Amino acid sequence: MNLIESVENQYMKSDIPDFGPGDVVKVNTRIREGQKERIQAYEGTVIRRSHGGLKETFTVRRVAFGAGSERTFPLHSPNIESIQVVRYGAVRRAKLYYLRDRTGRAARVKERRR
Amino acid sequence: MVNGIIGRKIGMTQVFEDSGKAVPVTVIQAGPCPIVQLKTQEKDGYQAVQLGFGTQKESRVNRPKRGHFAKASVDPAFVLREFRVQSLEDVSVGSVVDASVFSEGELVDVTGTSKGRGFSGVVRRWNFAGGRKSHGGEQDLRRPGSIGASATPSRVFKGKRMAGRHGAKRHTVQNLSVIQADPERNLLVVKGAVPGPPNGLLLVRKASKSPI
Repeated sequence: MNLIESVENQYMKSDIPDFGPGDVVKVNTRIREGQKERIQAYEGTVIRRSHGGLKETFTVRRVAFGAGSERTFPLHSPNIESIQVVRYGAVRRAKLYYLRDRTGRAARVKERRR
Repeated sequence: MVNGIIGRKIGMTQVFEDSGKAVPVTVIQAGPCPIVQLKTQEKDGYQAVQLGFGTQKESRVNRPKRGHFAKASVDPAFVLREFRVQSLEDVSVGSVVDASVFSEGELVDVTGTSKGRGFSGVVRRWNFAGGRKSHGGEQDLRRPGSIGASATPSRVFKGKRMAGRHGAKRHTVQNLSVIQADPERNLLVVKGAVPGPPNGLLLVRKASKSPI
């Protein structure tokens, strides 16, 4: 068996929901402030998933108060408490970089009926 | 107690600490290494164990080597390497050294042959800054500049860093911490990078110096 895979499997999460580019997700991250730990949510559209086993990351884009922001999360990081899919999107490409050039109504993603 | 093992670099990945911090790690296939010979003070002038690693077809082993392995009654190994030991009391020929010589959190030194880079210029080989790209410096982008003074000393000093063969040399990286050691899978995971390409031969020893 592949040794690298066997190492990565020890750290991989199994409870990751099925989501992809175009979906609106709510990412609950653990934030440590001194001794206290709290959960912070970040909600937005997934614009990419960068695969690679344990190293997989995904990027969430949201427009807050007119300013666009993007955050890239390591999918298997223990600091990610949970990921909730809020809405499924219907998109035709894997990387939604075109959303960066659009604002307002043009930046919408069609909802996917499932 | 043997303080080292022969291994093969498998590749790199990352793992997560409990705090959520991602740590770059190298995965090493460490051992199993049968002890093929003991070097003794009386006979050889120093104390060491000779370890074997990997497998080799019987037909590829020449007769003197075949006899050497037969004497230790171990299967022919791909490579033989020696590790100095303090005492030969608790080691015996034929017994197998595995990843259990290391434990989690321990510091190790990893020796390997770095990737060969062929004939490289001074920018790559010695991290020279090169010339500037604009303001008339275009022709000196990767040149070494002056290599010394003129009439005095009328020669280039020995050891002057110049272009030449780079890499493919034995290098040791010190004080890498062990993230995981699993003798069942012959697995050793250390933090950080080690010399050489994937599949390269590595010698892993307990750290010879303690970090500052």
